[in-house]
Amino acid sequence: METTKILSARFGKIRPDSVEEYVAAGGYEGLKKAIGMQHLDVIEEIKKANLFGRGGAAYPTGIKWEQAYAIKKGPKYMVCNADEGEPGTFKDKHIMAEDPFQLIEGMTIGAYLMGATEGFIYIRGEYMGIQRIVRSAIENAKKAGYLGKNILGAGFDFDLKVVSGAGAYVCGENTALVESIEGKPGRPRQKPPYIKNCGLYQMPTILNNVETYSCIPWIVKDGGEAFSALGTDFSGGTKLMCLSGNVAKRGVYEIPFGTTLRELIYTIGGGIPNGKKLKFVHLGGSSGACFPESLLDTKICYNDLKKNGLSLGSGAVLVVDDSSCPVDYLKAVMEFFEEESCGKCTPCREGNQRMVEILEKLTEGKGTMEDIKKLKSLAQTMKTTSFCGLGQSAPVPVITLIKYFEAEFIAHTEGKCPAGKCKMNGKGVK
Amino acid sequence: MESVKEVIKRYGNSKDNLIQIMLELQQLSGKNYLPDAWVKEAAEELGMPLSKVYGVITFYAMFSTEPRGKYVIEVCKSGPCHVSGSENIVHILEKELGIKPGETTADGLFTLELSSCFGACDIAPAVKIGENVHGNLTADSLKDLIISYREGLTYGNN
Amino acid sequence: MDMINLKIDGLDVSVPKDTTILQAAKQLNIDIPTLCYLKGINEVGSCRVCVVEVEGWRGLHPACVTKVSEGLVVKTATKTVREARQNILELIMANHNRECLSCARNTNCELQKLCNDAGIGDTTFEKKADRGSIDCSGSVVRDPSKCVLCGRCVSVCSNTQNVGVISYAHRGAHTSVTTPYEVELAGLECINCGQCIKVCPVGALQEKDATERVWSALENPDLHVVVQTAPAVRVALGEEFGMPVGTNVEGKMVTALKRLGFVKVFDTNFSADLTIMEEGTELINRINNGGKLPMITSCSPGWIKFCEHNYHEFLENLSTCKSPQQMFGAVAKSYYPQKAGVDPKKVFVVSVMPCTAKKYEADREEMKVDGLRDIDAVITTRELAKMIKQARIEFEKLPDSCYDSILGASTGAGVIFGNTGGVMEAALRTVADILTGKDLKEIEYTAVRGMEGIREATVNISGMDLKVAIVNGTGNAAKLLDKIKAGEANYHFIEVMACPGGCINGGGQPIIMDKSKTEEVKQKRIEGIYAIDKSRAKRKSHENPEIKALYDEYLGKPGEHKSHKLLHTHYTAR
Ligand SMILES: Cc1cc2nc3c(=O)[nH]c(=O)nc-3n(C[C@H](O)[C@H](O)[C@H](O)COP(=O)(O)O)c2cc1C
Ligand code: SF4
Ligand code: SF4
Ligand code: SF4
Ligand code: FES
Ligand code: FES
Repeated sequence: METTKILSARFGKIRPDSVEEYVAAGGYEGLKKAIGMQHLDVIEEIKKANLFGRGGAAYPTGIKWEQAYAIKKGPKYMVCNADEGEPGTFKDKHIMAEDPFQLIEGMTIGAYLMGATEGFIYIRGEYMGIQRIVRSAIENAKKAGYLGKNILGAGFDFDLKVVSGAGAYVCGENTALVESIEGKPGRPRQKPPYIKNCGLYQMPTILNNVETYSCIPWIVKDGGEAFSALGTDFSGGTKLMCLSGNVAKRGVYEIPFGTTLRELIYTIGGGIPNGKKLKFVHLGGSSGACFPESLLDTKICYNDLKKNGLSLGSGAVLVVDDSSCPVDYLKAVMEFFEEESCGKCTPCREGNQRMVEILEKLTEGKGTMEDIKKLKSLAQTMKTTSFCGLGQSAPVPVITLIKYFEAEFIAHTEGKCPAGKCKMNGKGVK
Repeated sequence: MESVKEVIKRYGNSKDNLIQIMLELQQLSGKNYLPDAWVKEAAEELGMPLSKVYGVITFYAMFSTEPRGKYVIEVCKSGPCHVSGSENIVHILEKELGIKPGETTADGLFTLELSSCFGACDIAPAVKIGENVHGNLTADSLKDLIISYREGLTYGNN
Repeated sequence: MDMINLKIDGLDVSVPKDTTILQAAKQLNIDIPTLCYLKGINEVGSCRVCVVEVEGWRGLHPACVTKVSEGLVVKTATKTVREARQNILELIMANHNRECLSCARNTNCELQKLCNDAGIGDTTFEKKADRGSIDCSGSVVRDPSKCVLCGRCVSVCSNTQNVGVISYAHRGAHTSVTTPYEVELAGLECINCGQCIKVCPVGALQEKDATERVWSALENPDLHVVVQTAPAVRVALGEEFGMPVGTNVEGKMVTALKRLGFVKVFDTNFSADLTIMEEGTELINRINNGGKLPMITSCSPGWIKFCEHNYHEFLENLSTCKSPQQMFGAVAKSYYPQKAGVDPKKVFVVSVMPCTAKKYEADREEMKVDGLRDIDAVITTRELAKMIKQARIEFEKLPDSCYDSILGASTGAGVIFGNTGGVMEAALRTVADILTGKDLKEIEYTAVRGMEGIREATVNISGMDLKVAIVNGTGNAAKLLDKIKAGEANYHFIEVMACPGGCINGGGQPIIMDKSKTEEVKQKRIEGIYAIDKSRAKRKSHENPEIKALYDEYLGKPGEHKSHKLLHTHYTAR
């Protein structure tokens, strides 16, 4: 399948921190064009592009920028979310390792529009090597006059700084990230106020994902409509998808919106290896939904997915074959949340812990039907009452796996693990 | 070696830089941890209550208040690695190193830890040793990897 | 004023802008349960006990931090809300060390009440998170196994008191509220103010209990056990027995103490008067002889420790006077035994204090004279109530008794030590008389009264403008000292009390279960104090006959050799 590449076009073709090679490959055209345009016209292009935030929450970027632009308070800060902690997600890593200038350019365009003079790229601490690449790219952009004072002679200044995370998934949440840049534990803030009004250092903050920013130069250069046309009516452009798990060709693939999950997994990903069958797909990272084969013909499009009760999340597609047990798998997932919850609010801090406790019982054959009922009830409570997105979405895999594989959960209460994965020392309570 | 004060000066004496400063100090410790005395000194320099600094360094997974091995081996236990057999990796390492997760080998060379996804899911199951990620591990390749670190062949010092 | 109209549980209500759903519901007599919320102190929305449904909004929302808006339709007790609330309370309870029957907060625990009101049954969860081990090192005992992580103590300690020795640590299921490196409080900058105890909804924070020590002293025939009761105790103790807030139970308390077996029941008001004699003299001396100014009061041991840790440059500004508690002890082991003909070594002095820092103060190395410790045991108002209950005394029905002589007489000036501004006013009454050489009739210095954290006034005494400031809460003290350091303010005399509102709101006072009533309770206790002041025949410390006798027969003059040895102290930079 040959499709237009936007984000990965230069992957492997240029030295990642070379401005010259980036420019030679068509880079910085977007910024140059933006400087010659009315601010609101640039934002209009982004709105036309049908670009939705690629970090997971899928908020329309054009609207976000329009709102931020309208805020009169200042200084404003540009922040990039490069925390990429959602399990199964490694696309931002590729952008930053192979073509970081598109991100830098995207942020610079934003800074130009917003009148921001300072920006931060918050990169997870686990990506030390990538932090070095991005720092080097920033230095080189500065030397070449694309960052720093009086950028391209257009009379605006913008400085970018890399800030390192230190190992906390929750710091991907907007307000936790801002707290972390301020040197504090990454515990989310009460909203409102929203960060667009009151974010970093209590100032208006424009925060986007790496991939989102990276789409901006192309949109400005080639126009919002061209971008939009690459995708579906509802979802503009292309998306970097991360294929992992029990699939032949794992990796990052840039696909146009509208591709089906089946095409992604079987045509692009080469299907399930070792003669196994698909058990379920976990879409959008650990906080996304798990679903079986029957939904594979859903198009990768925010709207189509939503209609099927799914969401794209970060673009992680974890393929799980039939050698896995959903209960055992869910336990691993919930251990992640138990560990990564920031601990601020009760439902998430305590709920994840108790879900793990119940799942442990089930995998040991000591769980009861009451336990399954409790899982469902806790899941509802966490979803509706948690303080931030982490606790609100942590129960999504619980709800969906029980929905599609309830029989297997029940089998565990009878001392049986149909997949033969769980040890079942308790041999069932009955 | 740089002193705590010098590191703070380099980053700028501001509470905002606490995490960056602590990451740097941990590197400098040689034992992948934050010595109590350094943390106290940094808290004083930055004019922060020690309780708040302690709150920060215990919040983030990358920090340790206890000395760790020269090489911290992190085994990813998140979903994608789990379905690719990360549990097996942990068992092999436990056997090979003679320690449980959270422990350090007697020679001070290795600390074994379980970690959340570090973005190497396309080469799962994966481990991270210091800054280096090793993926597509099998029992044999894992054993070879440990040997190479033991012998200081691979990525000896970084 | 902009009014906002909304509907809660089908009822219409109209409230000012910026009102929370919680407050709006209260107007309709709907009491949405809360746990972490503490108005003005801890508005973090983290426990989620208060969640409610709002029509058209996804999920449930915390009533404590959600502001009303026009046309909201709120439901506070739907099936979804009830189930969520029950789950959340069960989750909290499951990790809480449920030894209610042996807990100091049994029957006045907020969690107990919440679970009871919500009809929580038992839980099937078995594991217990490890939140650290019990710390009995200081005046404040922390039992993390009971901590529900509400964060109130963290906010009070960091923000109100500006001490910040406890904080959140770790994350996820391992989250705890603890000291740095989980070390003991006693080794830290904790000032023992006990404000954390007062806000803790459960029994995770308590005072170090000394009731057993007092009981065994009382039962020891070799000891001559006397007791002093601090000014603020008498307007709060009644609360422990269901009496109206602010009731003055002085007479009943004296009766109860006698029944408990104390040989003599004395009054800290007496030594408060004594403090004024010494401190007033010191102030006049400092002003007249170019001494270090501003002079800062030294009655509040929490404040003293705060200063010793954080403001070394002000240590010389602290009055060298011991606090009334310690002055009492020094006199009770020297003058009193001489007059009463008992062996000073056999005198055992118990203090009943509204304060947890007094426990620490009594144990300070330097608080002794000729090898005898000033004070042998300190119990809080709460602990006294406990002893009275243990003795099965029907407190409410007791007749009144009077304090014993020769350390029992007091003036109105002594009693107002119990609230913010009181020490200042008491001092002014005496200083003004001394400086003018008159018996002034205008003795109510209303300018120094009030509840604001920082107050200042200029008082004209015989032609001199005396600039004074009153601060309560060490957080406010820090603000004021910083201003002085920056040269933005200056005074002759500053009163500092470590607790917001002064001793009436000390860390040892009865727990106010309904936290929304805190301000009201403080106010009523203060009114109780001023009512006592008004009722006294003598309202100036230097008019106290027993004080006069003490100086005439024993001490000589204020500030002179004997007074200095017994009644003054020194401070240590920590
Ligand atoms: C727990 C949690 C973790 C998140 N992690 C990330 C992340 O690693 N990277 C990211 O871009 N967005 C993450 N998000 C989403 C962000 O909060 C935010 O919506 C996004 O960065 C906004 O940028 P976008 O509009 O460009 O997507 C996370 C959200 C939550 C609740
Ligand atoms: S849901 Fe609550 S505990 Fe979980 S990460 Fe968010 S704020 Fe923290
Ligand atoms: S006693 Fe006072 S200083 Fe000590 S921990 Fe409690 S609030 Fe903080
Ligand atoms: S000790 Fe008490 S006040 Fe402090 S967090 Fe725990 S429960 Fe809350
Ligand atoms: S799941 Fe193991 S590296 Fe991502
Ligand atoms: S009382 Fe509202 S969240 Fe705790």
